Amino acid sequence: MNPTLFLIFTSLLKIVGIVFVVILPMVSYSVYAERRVSALIQDRLGPNRVGPAGLFQPIADAMKFILKEDFTPANVNKFYYWLAPCLAMVPALMTIAVVPFGSTLFGVPMVIADINVGVLYVFAIASLGVYGIVIAGWSSNSKYPFLGGVRSSSQMISYELSLGLAVIPIFLLVGQLRLTDIVRYQIENGWMIAPFVGHWTDGWKWLLAIPMSISFVVFTIAIFAETNRLPFDLPEAETELVGGYHTEYGSMKFALFFLGEYAAMITGSAIIVTLFLGGWHLPVPWWNHAHGFHWLLIDGSLGGWRGVIGGLFNIFVFFGKVSVLLLFFIWVRWTLPRFRYDQLMRLGWVFFFEIALVNIFLAAIIIACLPQ
Amino acid sequence: MSPFFFWTASALMLVFGAAVIINRNPVASALSLVVSFLGLAALFMSLDAFFLGIIQVLVYAGAVMVLFLFIIMLLDLRAEERRRINFVAFAGGAAVAVIFFGQLYLVIGHLHQAKLPFAPLAPMQVDDVHRIGLLLFGSYNLPFQIIGVLILVATIGVIVLSKRELH
Amino acid sequence: MIREYIPVLLQALVAVGFAAGALIISVLLGKSGLRTQTKDSAYECGMVPQGEAQPRFSVKFYLVAMLFILFDLEIVFMYPWAVVYREAVVHSHVIFWSMLSFVSILMVGYVYALKKGAFDWKK
Repeated sequence: MNPTLFLIFTSLLKIVGIVFVVILPMVSYSVYAERRVSALIQDRLGPNRVGPAGLFQPIADAMKFILKEDFTPANVNKFYYWLAPCLAMVPALMTIAVVPFGSTLFGVPMVIADINVGVLYVFAIASLGVYGIVIAGWSSNSKYPFLGGVRSSSQMISYELSLGLAVIPIFLLVGQLRLTDIVRYQIENGWMIAPFVGHWTDGWKWLLAIPMSISFVVFTIAIFAETNRLPFDLPEAETELVGGYHTEYGSMKFALFFLGEYAAMITGSAIIVTLFLGGWHLPVPWWNHAHGFHWLLIDGSLGGWRGVIGGLFNIFVFFGKVSVLLLFFIWVRWTLPRFRYDQLMRLGWVFFFEIALVNIFLAAIIIACLPQ
Repeated sequence: MSPFFFWTASALMLVFGAAVIINRNPVASALSLVVSFLGLAALFMSLDAFFLGIIQVLVYAGAVMVLFLFIIMLLDLRAEERRRINFVAFAGGAAVAVIFFGQLYLVIGHLHQAKLPFAPLAPMQVDDVHRIGLLLFGSYNLPFQIIGVLILVATIGVIVLSKRELH
Repeated sequence: MIREYIPVLLQALVAVGFAAGALIISVLLGKSGLRTQTKDSAYECGMVPQGEAQPRFSVKFYLVAMLFILFDLEIVFMYPWAVVYREAVVHSHVIFWSMLSFVSILMVGYVYALKKGAFDWKK
């Protein structure tokens, strides 16, 4: 087959698979999980009537969103009012394109677009997500959405700084922006939060764990802020702003904001997993006569059905890690109270910004001392 | 690079660039400028300047235009939309543009190099981010520090201006 | 290579298609109800909307947006630096001091902003 045609065909297959088979079901079931876990934490039951243990609840919700009245208030700016939900949804779905979600399957690499500016692509597309929120707030022509939109965009750009600074120690170490290279580096040299794996006697590698852990914490918290999750959910703080920027929205247009928010959370978790937690890599303890006890690397490189199972195993590992992080996101939401706006800005601009900046030079000094 | 890609990206850029001027609604203008920047980024990428392309999106489309939108939201848009097109100014602007274009055409027409086909880009040996890094921190260390001073001046300017607004 | 970006374009098309498709389906299948003046008005917790729909907001928001652009530029310069750092630092330490001095210059502006209360939202 013509290589370009083959590329287009396999990418379409991967895109449709990731978007419609993985991300969207994951979005609906993380909403379900959110409701069940919050119920558990608050000693309630949660949705348990639709299907066994309420498992069909997301389907019922989707039907309801589709069948609701599609209402456009008279005093809104019509074109932008309709454009905003699309602008919120599209970047959230696009960022997943560069994340390697598996090794290979049938010889095809399990990443949609393996580009050399990897992480910067994620930041660039994510920074376009602000438009959906600003436009929604402005076009609704109503007070609460407007305040929500302004607050939200201000918060998102503030934490983009910490996000951008926190990943730099990784590039200092790996020397590549390409996400597949970062995953490969972690397979060979230990995950980013544990760079000493395999180099147990090297003191510098142990020291390196300090800036990497700081990066990990700052990055994760910045992702919370970027996705407007509690404790950073100021843009839609129900008690002060009703629903924030989507107050005037209903039916599918509201659902797109909602989906976009959860999709951004899933992509955010996927990026954290790829950068710090080894991506699709999971060493398996193994024993055989030739080598004795050792850690086995499973990937899709073997021939025949073993390669297929290995490739599928990697994909499951990746989304397993993402699901654990999602549970963490939910747990945090129902545990911590919300920040005040002045606290939020101070935290982003003073605390995280300074920590991340000092952290970069700490990492740079340690890496300069590393043996080549 | 495929010519089709080049023409699509340039057409996108030019059409939305024109839309920036033609639209009476400033928000529409700002969003058109964003799309125009995306076209520009695509052009950079088609020349293998991936880093520049993505920075174009990150800094201009993602940061600078957000500030523009903020400022536009302060304006009274209805007054702006009611404003009629001033045909004298329009004709004057168009004349300047036509003269400039004619001048460019004449100059480029006399240039020998302009008649030669472009040599194809050399295949990339090193990643373009690496190349920028090596150049910037190899031969351009002083200009890099001067950029730092420029940004510092801008930072102080921003604070001074906004503080004056407050009092 | 530019070929690597074909899937990005496809992904954009699928994402736009999904968003547009979802909106179209809901327009086609959604019920339509009565339109009343109250339903059309902006939602303000059941009160009749008062005053300007888009209030003026604090100059702090502009300040933050402008400072964000400036510090974003600083971060942009850090990416090519980070990528070549490990190879270059073996030959000479200039690359480390170069970035340290660049960031120190910017930190003068940052400290100035901090002292002037640019990040203090309580006031």
